[in-house]
Amino acid sequence: MCGIVGLFIKNKTMRDQLGALATPMFVCMGDRGPDSGGLAVFNEPTPESAQRWRINVFARNREYPWEPLIHGLRQTHPATDIVASSNHAILMTDQAPEIVARWLGEYDPMLIVLSTGRVMDLYKDTGHPRELAERYHFTDLRGTHCVGHTRMATESAVTPAHSHPFVAGNDFCLVHNGSLSNHNSLRRLLERRGIQFETDNDTEAVCRFLQWRMREGDTIEESLARGFEELDGFYTLLMGTPERLVLVRDAFACKPGIIADTPDYVAIGSEFRTLAHLPRIHEANLFEPVPEKIYSWTIA
Amino acid sequence: MSETFDLKTTTVRAINEHLHGLAPDATGVYEILNPNGSHNIAVGVDAPVEINIRGHAGYFTAGMNKQARVTVYGNVGWSVAENMMSGRVHVKGFASQCAGASGHGGLLVIDGDASSRCGISMKGIDIVVGGSIGHMSAFMAQAGRLVVLGDAGKGLGDSLYEAVIYVRGKIHGLGADARVEDLSEEDRTQIGELLEQAGLSARPAEFTRVASARTLYHWNPTSPQVSVL
Repeated sequence: MCGIVGLFIKNKTMRDQLGALATPMFVCMGDRGPDSGGLAVFNEPTPESAQRWRINVFARNREYPWEPLIHGLRQTHPATDIVASSNHAILMTDQAPEIVARWLGEYDPMLIVLSTGRVMDLYKDTGHPRELAERYHFTDLRGTHCVGHTRMATESAVTPAHSHPFVAGNDFCLVHNGSLSNHNSLRRLLERRGIQFETDNDTEAVCRFLQWRMREGDTIEESLARGFEELDGFYTLLMGTPERLVLVRDAFACKPGIIADTPDYVAIGSEFRTLAHLPRIHEANLFEPVPEKIYSWTIA
Repeated sequence: MSETFDLKTTTVRAINEHLHGLAPDATGVYEILNPNGSHNIAVGVDAPVEINIRGHAGYFTAGMNKQARVTVYGNVGWSVAENMMSGRVHVKGFASQCAGASGHGGLLVIDGDASSRCGISMKGIDIVVGGSIGHMSAFMAQAGRLVVLGDAGKGLGDSLYEAVIYVRGKIHGLGADARVEDLSEEDRTQIGELLEQAGLSARPAEFTRVASARTLYHWNPTSPQVSVL
């Protein structure tokens, strides 16, 4: 089944409420996806964020000792900050992500780099979305927009790496409700071009396919138009970039989605009940996204 | 008599159990507050009562309805009035996919749009949609009438049996074995009656009739019974 949630804040004064508004959406959709979950959050871009990298790191140990890690990392990369909770940490550094990732791999090969970028943070793990929201204090998160997913796996293993959102490149994430029939041929197409995969999951193939097209110069609209041709299966896809939140449904539109557009925010969910708590929701323009139309919201 | 249920303080299960306990000739008005998109509200009711759902409801609202008059003052999710047997379900907002799916009887009115697969496999229900309907509507529809004041999406009436579709607006594409037919005086009368029952107004002569070309299923022209395999 799976659940999708997205929240895009239009009213800048509400950016500090992003997590508080999105968390009940995420937890509610735990009904559709109780086995794992994930949330990608786009922080407000600042002159400082343009200069520093954010590297999100995952550890299997829920009580991971981050203190010795940051102490060691600062020996070679002194200007590195860390925000850690449980088995997740955000490293903020002026060093290139590849350099830090290499250092992390040598320090502890069991650590996983979840995401790299200037503004995006990514939390994901197995377990009920409610547990994840509590563990990572989702209600405190701030930012411009977020992309969330609750998973009921039908297609590949239930592991932290198979949880959504998937990422490719920097500051790009994608979540998917549905299933693809031709993800192995997409994977072969991309692997021949030197693109590496972390899992056998169908959604990872879509994420890397679209990011490959954008890296080749396509706009997100052009890459999705190619996706409509290439992807065989069912999908509602929600994507985040530093500036945009983007939603599409396949031609069959079997997988649900509803949009609430208000002067203050745009909220997206698999079902209306996940939006019901939002402020002034009953005044929102509510509509279902139609098949193969690209819906996009851009930060001002 | 009149009773009010508030879904802030009770559950869909408790409401439905109460409604299922009604005698088949019970009357009364039931108000359901704060539905907030909950699924399965007023499923399986079998009594000529009036049920008013004050807000947006979720999947399967008023499914399998018999006799009751259910009004939703908001939108509904998937499969509103699915498998309805009799009575009336009226959605004041829009409906998601599969509205009236496999309904056997009664009247479903949707003031706004209905999305894809509206009236899929309908078996005698009448459906009147004030807005437009999405793709693959009335797929394998066997009996009943679907009246649409707006447009119809692609693949309308694919693999139709003996249900009849009337569309006032644009038809974006017919499904396999569906064809446009001349609108008869009888059609105009039926459209007029259904619009009146639905409380919607339009000129019957403006509608296009879509029915089965009867090439995809075994059809015995000497028998009044449809042979549905």
